[in-house]
Amino acid sequence: MARRASAARTAAITVVAWIAGFIIFFPILWMVLTSFKTELEAFSMPPKFLLFKWTMENYAAVQERSDYLAHVWNSIAIAFGSVLVSMLIAIPAAWAMAFAPTERTRGTLLWMLSTKMMPPVGVLVPIYLIYRDFGLLDTRFGLIALLCLADLPIVIWMLYTYFKEIPIGILEASRMDGLGPLREVVFVLAPIALPGIASTILLNVILAWNEAFWTLNLTTSKAAPLTAFIASYSSPEGLFWAKLSAASTLAIAPILVLGWLSQRQLVRGLTFGAVK
Amino acid sequence: MGSIRLEGVRKAFGSTTVIHDVDLDIEDGTFVVFVGPSGCGKSTLLRLIAGLEDVSGGRIIIDGRDVAKLPAAKRGLSMVFQSYALYPHMTVRNNIGFGLKMAGRPRDEVKRKVDAVSTVLNLSTYLDRKPGELSGGQRQRVAIGRAIVREPKAFLFDEPLSNLDAALRVQMRLEIARLQKSLDATTVYVTHDQVEAMTLADKIVVLNAGRVEQVGAPLELYASPANLFVAGFIGSPRMNFVSGDLAAQLGAPTIGIRPEHIVVSREGGGWHGTVAAAEHLGSDTFLYIDVPQTAGITARAVGELGLKPGDHVRLAPDPGRTHRFDAQGCALRG
Repeated sequence: MARRASAARTAAITVVAWIAGFIIFFPILWMVLTSFKTELEAFSMPPKFLLFKWTMENYAAVQERSDYLAHVWNSIAIAFGSVLVSMLIAIPAAWAMAFAPTERTRGTLLWMLSTKMMPPVGVLVPIYLIYRDFGLLDTRFGLIALLCLADLPIVIWMLYTYFKEIPIGILEASRMDGLGPLREVVFVLAPIALPGIASTILLNVILAWNEAFWTLNLTTSKAAPLTAFIASYSSPEGLFWAKLSAASTLAIAPILVLGWLSQRQLVRGLTFGAVK
Repeated sequence: MGSIRLEGVRKAFGSTTVIHDVDLDIEDGTFVVFVGPSGCGKSTLLRLIAGLEDVSGGRIIIDGRDVAKLPAAKRGLSMVFQSYALYPHMTVRNNIGFGLKMAGRPRDEVKRKVDAVSTVLNLSTYLDRKPGELSGGQRQRVAIGRAIVREPKAFLFDEPLSNLDAALRVQMRLEIARLQKSLDATTVYVTHDQVEAMTLADKIVVLNAGRVEQVGAPLELYASPANLFVAGFIGSPRMNFVSGDLAAQLGAPTIGIRPEHIVVSREGGGWHGTVAAAEHLGSDTFLYIDVPQTAGITARAVGELGLKPGDHVRLAPDPGRTHRFDAQGCALRG
C-alpha cells in the first residue's frame, strides 16, 4: 500500500518536473521553431506550433549577410581565452587562500566579490577611453583581458570553495614527498579538484559566451562575437523575427552542445563536497 | 640515516607562543616519542622538524646542516599522517612510488622499490586499488610504505594509530616497532597514548605547554620523573600525590606513590582508608580508596582481591619507591 502511494507520488513529482522543465525550455524551443518559419509565419496569429512550412531560408540569409563562422571563432577565442587566463591566475590564488589563509583572506574574498556588485556601465566610459587610447577596441585581446578580469572574482570564489574541501594533509604529504609548490598544484591539487575545476571552467565559459555588455560596447566587427552577431539582427531594418531566431539558434548552439555533453561534469562539480 | 638536533626552537602563532625554546638531540637510528596532553605542542614540534610550519626562532639541524629555512620538500624526511593523507586519485602503487617518480628516478627502479616495500607491508595484492577501496589498517600501511620507500633521513609519525581500532592499533604498533628496528631508522613519533610511547620509544620526550619537561628512556621516566607533571603523566593509573602532614612525615612538601607501589591489606601498618570503588580486571584490581587528608588514593593489587566498597583497609607505601617533590614540583633526589 505504502509502496503504491510512494510510486504515485514519484510519478506526480516526475510529471511536475517535466512540466516545469518544459516551461523553462519553451522559449528556446520556440526560438528554434521560429527560425524554420518564413518571416510571415513567424508573426501569424494564432501562432503555428509545428504545422507550418519548414524552411532553411533564414539560415541561408543569415550566413549570407554576416560571416557566422568568424563570429563563432571570436566567441570561442574570447570565452575560452578569458576563462583559461583567469584559471591560470585563479588556481594559485585560490590555492593560497584555501591552504595558507591569513586573517585577511575572508575580507579579501568578500572585497573581490563586491566588485561584481558594481554595474559594469558605471565604468564603461573610463574603460572605453582606456581601450581607445591603447588601441584595444575591437580586439580579441582586449576582450579576453577584460572578461578575464571580470570573471576572476567568481572563478577564485568557486575554486576556493572546491579547494577548501580538500584535506590539507594530502598537500602536505606531497611536500614531504619532495614536491615544490608548482608540482604540488599540478600533480596533486589539480587532479583531485578536477571536477570543481572543470565545472568552474564550464560555467564561466558559458557566462563569458553570453556576456553581451562589454562585447557589444567594445567591438564593432573584427572581434565581434556571437552576441554582436545576434544584436545586429534586432534593429536596423526593423525586426525580422525568423532571421533573428535563426541567428540566435546558431549563436547558442555551440554552448548548448557543450553544456549538454558536459552536464554530468557540471552537476558533479556544482555539488562537489555537498555529496560525499 | 640522520641525526636531528633542535637548538632553541621557538614557534609563535601571532602573539601566542606554542613552543618555547626547545633544545633536543635525536641521535642517528633512535626511536624518539613526543608525548604529552592535547595542545602541548607535540604535533607542532614535529611539523616544525618536517618543515610544514616555519620556526619563529632557533635552529633545526639535520645531519649537521641547519634546515630551519628549507621547505619541507628539501629536508629529506618522510612523514606518516594521522589522517593517512593518501593521494585519493592514485592507486596504491602510485601512492607509494609517487615521491620516487617525482624525484626523477628510473621507472624500473621505482617499480622494484615499490614491489619490495609492498611485500614487506603485505600490500602486494592491493597495488592496483585506490585508497578509497582500502580499510583503515591497509591505508595506514600504504602511508607507511610511502614513507619508507624514499629511504629518508628520518621518519616522522604524527599520531599514526589514533584512527585505528584497539586490536589493529596493537598490531600496527608491533609492526612499526619491527620495521624501525629492521631499517635502523631515526624516527620521531608523536602520540598522546603513553602505552605507545612506553613500548615503542628508545627515548621519550615529555612535553607540556610547549616546553620539554623531561627526556629519557621509558623506564627512566617511570622510575625517576623529574617533576610532578612527568610523574603524573607517565604511568597508568596515574601516580598518587599526597601533600600536607602525610607528606611532611616523609620529609617533602609533596610525595608521589604509584598505585602499584602500595600494599593494601585488611590489617597491618600504614594509612587507614575505606574502599570507595573496586575495579576487578582479573589479572589486576584497581582500588579507589578514601584516605583522610588526601584527595583519594588509587592502588593496584595483583590478582582477585576480595575487597568491596565500604571495606576498611590499611595502605603501606613502598618506602623505597616513594617520590618526593619540592614546593615547586621538582623531584628531590637522594
